[in-house]
Amino acid sequence: MTNRSRREFLGALGVAPVVAGGLSMIPASATGAPDVSAADRAQEQAREAARLRYFPNLMLRTQDDKKVRFYDDLIKGKVVTINFFYAKCDDVCPIVTSNLVKVQALLGDQVGRQVFMYSFSLKPAEDTPRAMKEYARMHGVKPGWTFLTGKPEDLELLRRKLGFTTPDLRVDKDVTNHIGNIRYGNEPLMLWGATPGMARPEWIAESIEWMVRPDSIRLPHRHPGTGTDDEHKPHEHPAG
Amino acid sequence: MYRNVFGEKVSRWRYKQMLDAAKNRRELIAAGLTSRRDLLKMGLLTASGVLVAKGGLSARAQTAQTASSKGSPGSFNVCLPGNQAASPPTRAFIEPLPIMPLARTVPVSSLSPAPTIAPNTAAGEVRAASHQAPLLNPGMFPFPPPRVYQVQQHAIQVVQSPDLPVQTIWGFDDGFHATSPGPTYRANYGIPQLVRNINALPPANQNGGFGLASVTTHLHNGHTPSESDGNPCDFYPIGNFCDQYYPNVLAGFNSDHAPTGDINESLSTLWYHDHRVDFTSQNTYKGLLGFYCLFNDFDTGDETTGFRLPSFPQFDIPLAFADKVYDPNSGLLAFDLFNLDGILGDKFLVNGKIQPFLEVQPRRYRFRLLDTGPSRFYEFFLTDLDNSSLANPFFVIANDGNLLPAPVKVNSVRIGVAERVDVIIDFKNFAGKTVYLENRLRQINGMGPVPPTGLVPGQVECSDAFGNLLSDIVPPGQGNLLLQFRVSGTPVSDGSANPATDQITYYQLPDTTAPPRITRTFKFDRLNGQWSINGQFMDCDHFRFRVQQNSVENWILFNATGDWTHPIHIHLEEHQILSRNRAAPPLAVERSRKDVTQLHQNERVLLFFRFRDWLGKYPIHCHNVIHEDHAMMGLWNVQPQGDSVLVP
Repeated sequence: MTNRSRREFLGALGVAPVVAGGLSMIPASATGAPDVSAADRAQEQAREAARLRYFPNLMLRTQDDKKVRFYDDLIKGKVVTINFFYAKCDDVCPIVTSNLVKVQALLGDQVGRQVFMYSFSLKPAEDTPRAMKEYARMHGVKPGWTFLTGKPEDLELLRRKLGFTTPDLRVDKDVTNHIGNIRYGNEPLMLWGATPGMARPEWIAESIEWMVRPDSIRLPHRHPGTGTDDEHKPHEHPAG
Repeated sequence: MYRNVFGEKVSRWRYKQMLDAAKNRRELIAAGLTSRRDLLKMGLLTASGVLVAKGGLSARAQTAQTASSKGSPGSFNVCLPGNQAASPPTRAFIEPLPIMPLARTVPVSSLSPAPTIAPNTAAGEVRAASHQAPLLNPGMFPFPPPRVYQVQQHAIQVVQSPDLPVQTIWGFDDGFHATSPGPTYRANYGIPQLVRNINALPPANQNGGFGLASVTTHLHNGHTPSESDGNPCDFYPIGNFCDQYYPNVLAGFNSDHAPTGDINESLSTLWYHDHRVDFTSQNTYKGLLGFYCLFNDFDTGDETTGFRLPSFPQFDIPLAFADKVYDPNSGLLAFDLFNLDGILGDKFLVNGKIQPFLEVQPRRYRFRLLDTGPSRFYEFFLTDLDNSSLANPFFVIANDGNLLPAPVKVNSVRIGVAERVDVIIDFKNFAGKTVYLENRLRQINGMGPVPPTGLVPGQVECSDAFGNLLSDIVPPGQGNLLLQFRVSGTPVSDGSANPATDQITYYQLPDTTAPPRITRTFKFDRLNGQWSINGQFMDCDHFRFRVQQNSVENWILFNATGDWTHPIHIHLEEHQILSRNRAAPPLAVERSRKDVTQLHQNERVLLFFRFRDWLGKYPIHCHNVIHEDHAMMGLWNVQPQGDSVLVP
């Protein structure tokens, strides 16, 4: 997907010419023409800074007991979802996981090709590859969604780097406080967002689609001025 | 064990290297300066000689036990620094304050395609519905309206500090100026206007590290029809546009104060900013914001007429405050992509410059102070470093841009993200001197300011590593010196009214005794790490409740997140705070119309609303934009028939 999108974007607008104004603008170049190669260099520089800041290339283990590197194998060049879980979690984890199963179905064959889903263990000592494989099988997880474990200190570092934390250290120690959110992102485009794992699966899937197609539109289909009630269409909501 | 700012284990040798590098940097800063007092001025050193603890690019270090606490258990970590310093050093007060240009109109004939009442979807317009105003009353709201603007969001290159490289950020361009903050609209009641807003941002693979080139521009505090409000869900990509019709009409014109509206609902300091769902924090941090000042026959912008407020724009100056962080290696603007709590910067910008100066005359000025976030609260003081023990009072005249019943004399004023206060500062007594606008509020992580000390028995209090109690307000000169005022020594005439001596009144507060049709409760919470309202999350297809058009409602905002502070914003209509924890709001400046209310620690706030005139969808959300982007937001809908959902 990334190559396709990049081609599309390169063909689209460049950096608009800079207009000298009262706020100390300086011209992008003498001609005002967009300097695409400079923009590309800046982009690569920012991407490298993000890699160093957030994506340690840790060795992890999948539910199939395969060794993978966090950055090289899981993140680099991909659209991904990231959440944290542990297999023996019996409260919120099953809600989030079953929601993600629906999200996987909604994204269809994009998963494993354009979108890669990852769940990282909060209790790597007990979440062995075998335990994770059983957990995935139990929930009906399809290919394209990988469960990951590894050294406890590595998973802890990853959790902190990716911001599944809270500043109150006592609250932070309770792993159930880190199971709710799902990160979604496009690594080469450096687009990263997050959505609650307990949100509606359709909404989670739409959020992930923005990473595949950042130029998406929510087509207007509502007419509030008519005085009718057609804007008020409550959906069944898992948390409601 | 030694760790770097990212919480990674490092060798002792490497740790020593890091400390040496930091020391060298500090010496570099000091090299160009003559005295310790200069460092003080730059806000880099405290009076006791300790480097000021500053927030920076969040590292979420493994532990940050530099502060301890006493008080109730489980709630002490509001005292712990969440971040560590990161930005390269910059000099302060060597560049002038930028003043945003006034937005300029264009002939409607220059718009191609011509604007239409119904959304011109075929031509690439993305708007949720037809313009309500001209359909409702074409005499009052002509189409096209008398004033038309065309703006584009696009990449601009700016110098935010001479000590940092040129930054490529995003700004607004009205065809005459391309700036961030964008051009200031000078709008007038009774003169509707249309803004064509074209997304001309660079392609997604040129975002420089953060920001989604998908936009929707909200006019914050506008009494705006929903299709022009800039709803978070009405976003559009590069190449598309939206025509936003701003009626500039008083609330009540189509209901309880027909046909002209209620003069006591007059607005003055509005701002516009990107509101793209899930990406508002990145897009506004990258520069997509500006001011919209609304005038009428009382607040005229001319100090010889009406309320005789200092003349706009010479003596009436909008100030947009932002705290940001820069990559320590490249010096480029950085954004913590993986933060869920709130982002604090260690560099303070005013109107797009780090710590600028402003030359002023020894007379009264009106400043419109805006906290653009992403997450920091400010408490503004006027500081004279040569007489730092003296309080320097000034007057608050407007809260969230709404003129108060009368000016309120204060020594300081606190605002959260998206809040505004208009103040009058009289520099007459500072002729020939240099004074500072200083933020003296202590905030060390995304949770909000540290709690005050010694006020409430049992209240959480913070102390430093040596057991010294940390006040929420730091001593004068030890906070963040934001803006330097260089006051000319030459006396000048001043035609503006003097709040210190003149009997001044502005607007009366609209009555709040009307019984509500319904009282709704909103519980702001964090569930398994997810920001929520009443246990639910932002969803563009989920409308929580239906407000009845032209009805009164009371809303209870309840903070279930303990020690977090949330600035809560509600679109379309202003509110008044009836109570905080069942008592009248303690501060005189809060006896006001508001559009953002600070929801303090463990607090319950009761608000009064009249929802009038327009129909359609609007949000309620936390304006700590990190919380907002992570789903602490909900949509509701104004319709002729309301519902009876008590806990939506």
